[in-house]
Amino acid sequence: MHLAYPAVLAVLLFCVGLYGVLARRNAILVLMSVELMLNAVNLNLVAFDVWLRDKLHAGQALTLFTIAVAAAEIGIGLAIVLLVYRNRGSSDVDRLRDLAERPDGTDPNDDLTGGPDAAGRPRPDHQAEAAA
Amino acid sequence: MTLAAASHGFLSPTGVEIAFLLVGLVTLGAAVVTVITRQLVHAALWLVVTLGGIAVEYLLLTAEFIAWVQVLIYVGSVVVLLLFGLMLTKAPIGRSPDADSGNRWAALTVAVASAAALVWVVTDAFRTTWIDLDGAVQGSTEASGRSLFQYWVLPFEALSVLLLAALVGAIVLSRRNGDPEHTGGRKPAGGRRPVGDRAPAADRPRSGGPARTREDRG
Repeated sequence: MHLAYPAVLAVLLFCVGLYGVLARRNAILVLMSVELMLNAVNLNLVAFDVWLRDKLHAGQALTLFTIAVAAAEIGIGLAIVLLVYRNRGSSDVDRLRDLAERPDGTDPNDDLTGGPDAAGRPRPDHQAEAAA
Repeated sequence: MTLAAASHGFLSPTGVEIAFLLVGLVTLGAAVVTVITRQLVHAALWLVVTLGGIAVEYLLLTAEFIAWVQVLIYVGSVVVLLLFGLMLTKAPIGRSPDADSGNRWAALTVAVASAAALVWVVTDAFRTTWIDLDGAVQGSTEASGRSLFQYWVLPFEALSVLLLAALVGAIVLSRRNGDPEHTGGRKPAGGRRPVGDRAPAADRPRSGGPARTREDRG
């Protein structure tokens, strides 16, 4: 088999995952795209391992490790997303702007992020309740 | 290149290559649908097709053990976890028009540019490289197990510790009744829970989780 087939497929899968990470709004869909990228890397590792006929089977061992780390990552990631959803009433990554730097000190998304002013605070609670 | 191509039949693909190409097209199409569909649950289900297609590609590359691990862990548990996550965050079942963020055209540009660059580099670098699939099977369960427990034992054990840590971390993060000081992330949201309320909150029974949380928020 020509090595270009798995290599090109891995590249294209990686770029599809890259698009998903950049373009998706829901945090869980971003996690799905991260899984796509990890799978592209796994495909590359397996293809190169079979090509090189490595005695240590480094590519396949690393693929197994990557799968296990991805499982751990998805567990922790979903726990964090659930925590954010519970606190904010939304798992929308575009709205999580508490750490964004604002040059003029004002926050255009005060009503969504619970900014420093008192008026913006109760809103996330109402949102959470409406969603719950 | 001509010599190498002549021995392998340039542009006359073998059966394995044709199968790889067809399964690869299905996989890639399912991946694209995964990232562009507006129905969130359908995205998870198309992800199953993608991951299953990648498992078939592993089989075609004679890495059977990895293929079954892929089916077990990705299709079996990761997608189920993602579906649970979608349901727990109350994702809309139907079409959600705001599934894509505003920067999708920038994302498309970046993805297409990187795909073009990487495909060019990869095809140029491996133009004359062939995988020999006819020799001893490279990824049988016996070969993988031998190498894993002869040369990779220490990373394997470290990985089990990592999984344990991830398990504990996920439980701590997602416990509903955890002490708000230790679960993190509640405090910065700020001022929702009055200071005097904290001590009695710790004394309340832990079983009344969802009701208590809602009552605290109100």
